[in-house]
Amino acid sequence: MARSSLFNRPFEIKRIPSFQSIALFTFVGLYGPIIILITYSFNSSASLGVFESFSFQWYITAWENEKVQEAAFRSLYLAATAATIATIAATMAALATTRTKKFRGMTLIFVIINQPLMIPEIVTAVALLVFFAMIKIATGYTGMLYLIIAHTAFCIPFAYLPIRARLESMDLTLETAGADLYATPWKTFQRITLPMIWPGIIAGYMLAFVISLDDVVISEFVKSAGQETLPTYMLGQLRRFITPETNAIATVNIAVSVILVSGFFLLTQRKK
Amino acid sequence: MTMNSNLSSSESAKKAAEVERLSQKKDVRNRWLLSLPALAIIFFAAAGPLLIVILYSFLTPGDYTGVIWTFTTETWISVVLERDFFDETLGWADAHLSIFWRSIRLSLITTILTAIFGIPTAYFIATRSPKSRNIWLFLITIPFWSNLLVRTYAIQELIRNKGVINNFLQWIGLTNEPIEMMFTDFAVGFGMTYVYLPLMVLPVYASIEKLDFKLVEGAYDLYASRWQCLRRIIVPLVRPGLIAGSILVFIPCLGAYVTPQILGGGNQLMFGNLIALQFGQGKNWPLGAALSLTLMVIVMIALVYFVKVSSGENKKNG
Amino acid sequence: MTTNDEAIEIKNALKVYKGDTDVYALNDVSLMIKKNEFFTLLGPSGCGKTTLLRLIAGFEHPTSGTILLNKEDISLLPPNKRPVNTVFQNYALFPHMTVGGNIAFGLEMLGWSKSEVASAVDEMLELVKMQDLKNRRPAEISGGQQQRVALARALAPKPQVLLLDEPLSALDLKLRKQMQIELKRLQSETGITFVFVTHDQEEALTMSDRIAVMNEGKILQYGNPRDIYHHPENKFVANFIGDSNFLLADIQNGNAVLTDGTELKLSKENKEVSNGQKSILIRPEHVQMSKAKGSKKAFEGKISNIVYFGTDTHFHLELKTGDDFTIRKQNTPNEGTDFEIGAVVELTIDENAIQILND
Repeated sequence: MARSSLFNRPFEIKRIPSFQSIALFTFVGLYGPIIILITYSFNSSASLGVFESFSFQWYITAWENEKVQEAAFRSLYLAATAATIATIAATMAALATTRTKKFRGMTLIFVIINQPLMIPEIVTAVALLVFFAMIKIATGYTGMLYLIIAHTAFCIPFAYLPIRARLESMDLTLETAGADLYATPWKTFQRITLPMIWPGIIAGYMLAFVISLDDVVISEFVKSAGQETLPTYMLGQLRRFITPETNAIATVNIAVSVILVSGFFLLTQRKK
Repeated sequence: MTMNSNLSSSESAKKAAEVERLSQKKDVRNRWLLSLPALAIIFFAAAGPLLIVILYSFLTPGDYTGVIWTFTTETWISVVLERDFFDETLGWADAHLSIFWRSIRLSLITTILTAIFGIPTAYFIATRSPKSRNIWLFLITIPFWSNLLVRTYAIQELIRNKGVINNFLQWIGLTNEPIEMMFTDFAVGFGMTYVYLPLMVLPVYASIEKLDFKLVEGAYDLYASRWQCLRRIIVPLVRPGLIAGSILVFIPCLGAYVTPQILGGGNQLMFGNLIALQFGQGKNWPLGAALSLTLMVIVMIALVYFVKVSSGENKKNG
Repeated sequence: MTTNDEAIEIKNALKVYKGDTDVYALNDVSLMIKKNEFFTLLGPSGCGKTTLLRLIAGFEHPTSGTILLNKEDISLLPPNKRPVNTVFQNYALFPHMTVGGNIAFGLEMLGWSKSEVASAVDEMLELVKMQDLKNRRPAEISGGQQQRVALARALAPKPQVLLLDEPLSALDLKLRKQMQIELKRLQSETGITFVFVTHDQEEALTMSDRIAVMNEGKILQYGNPRDIYHHPENKFVANFIGDSNFLLADIQNGNAVLTDGTELKLSKENKEVSNGQKSILIRPEHVQMSKAKGSKKAFEGKISNIVYFGTDTHFHLELKTGDDFTIRKQNTPNEGTDFEIGAVVELTIDENAIQILND
């Protein structure tokens, strides 16, 4: 495959001129800002010009910042709770809406479950603000439940899709074989279906977790005073002033996303 | 049990049909029950509240927050029209309209920009070897899973006055003063392009991956030039992905809130910011409600248009 | 045939799939399968044999009709309550369990004790000769081995009837022939009634005690292999099993008269068939050829093609009636043949070789 000169290249069927350059430029452009951000989070000085020396200073500051701690824990707690409830509800819904011929209302169920994906976030955020305000006035409750329910709601479609995909690719005869071998419907689910869709359930959970962790808009509108999540805290910081602390928090966020998404990819690639 | 074998065939047919019907009914009912938790949660915390928004859009704004329960259509009118302060005549609500126009304009520009950069990228990934393809795909999606704020912030760090670009330009001596890039339409457009790029790449990639390159070979065999091949064979076959990607970028852009707020400040408002304003300083909840519904309607129209165009695609390609 | 013999009886089973056009997967099928029998459902794709099997297993219920197991009506029983087990065409082994786990599954569902399960699993593994593979996963063993695991899994709960849905179709020829012998051995060793579905007529003939030939949702004929082969009742059955020569003949006074006037003598049973125009069947291997002597009443034909098959040679003839006719002659070690293309030969057919068909 020797290339003699630029003009005598062997004809490559798939080559479209300049596409490769643009593509590589795009990749560089995509990662550039992020890498800059990560790099400067380790900068001992606060400026974005000169890189003085490597230091964990901002990470420590961020970690020790009480507000950051509180926001981080709240985000994690929220994500874990919302993802758990959402995954359970999504699993049930996926079982109900797959591998069956269309029954009355199936499309409706499908549309409602995926509704959070179709409506702009700001609209949902505003609607929840208004709705929860009414409830707040009526009951006086200002706890975490609003956030939990709001997050669970938009996490459901994200958990639903991978589980559904896994279910649909499952060999139907396996459950028939289970029934043939005297398993009751519940046992069939427990011993055959569940183990087989488990990777999909985990993938759905992780997706929901990341989505909840990253949510800004809905959290911003639904939260009561003082109930900061990590993204809303960051938003507040960004509106007012930039501290290098923000770089550190952002880098941690990127790291967490990378780990979770890698896990998700691994789980969904291993399709047997 | 042994009695049944003596039933006449029409009776046993009826009985079997009845059993079949009942078991199907039971099956459907069980499926609805299984879906119930998910449906209830979403209805309570996503779909249901929208009904309240519709209600609120017809009410009068309260003094500080909330509403007064008086029915009025003033709010809806004020979405596009405003009353002159002095003589009460109706004129166009310039402030609102310019925001609508900016949102649509910026969303279109962003869509085009993501297409310009996204299509070659998708093509590139799709033409890698199957093994490395997955790695490239993985690479393009990672930035997307980091927080929207983080990505917007990264752009901010690039373009603000004391940001990377300005520092670099001053450092190499090209400029003396920082170039003002923040709080402009440019900043918002740039930011949204950066943030939503992966959403264009993925559907386009999916389309290109399905492309049978034997068709391309056939085109070359029939004397097509590279350009003709691209225009007459590749692009038409990849159109479904292009359409999907455009919608996936255009719609979130329309409703963007975070990115315009951080990169545009209070000056370059987009639809989402305008809506949020009504619940903050603007103190006009009904207007916020009406604007939300307007945005939703525009999004629905775009979605319907998309479905029509893509099903037209399906009919064309057979 | 005493009535205590019955394992499965199917009465007037009908299975209709409603749609733009109604599909009659089973159209008034009645059948009786005896205990300890190797029974085969034979037919082309779409004939309904798999549907019938699924009806017995309980995966579908009949639109109308009854299914009896040992005289009890099981038509509406769910599959997990029927003492019937299935070997699926794609084996349907549970990929997340080991071979041993798969075999144990049905027993666990039935509530057997741990020790009972363990000893049964070992017993089954020995029966299908797969003891070493107990702890492997299905993905790690070959197709032939998977098939045997599927068998062991279905036999472990000691069902009254074992259903096999084209279990050998995915195997290569040599393995398939081995498994045919294996299955036959298993059936006689365990004494369980086997209901076997296949589209391969050779398989059906070699393995079965009795065969039911099906087409388009109906059973065309059932009986033991010999009867089906030598006395098919209609063209479809005749054609589906073995090679056939069909001739149109007028039945008159115990003779079959061909369209050119040639008279063929009929056997005693056939003499009782009423007069009229019928199709007759003559198998290619039941005809003797000899050099034409030119006698007027002889049954003659002209050789148009000769095809060599190793074990035998097929001679394609054209008869005076205009029909094509094939003769199969076993090859002898002696070189040379008296017959060449273009030669006219005289055909001798034993009266027992002529079968009158109903259509």
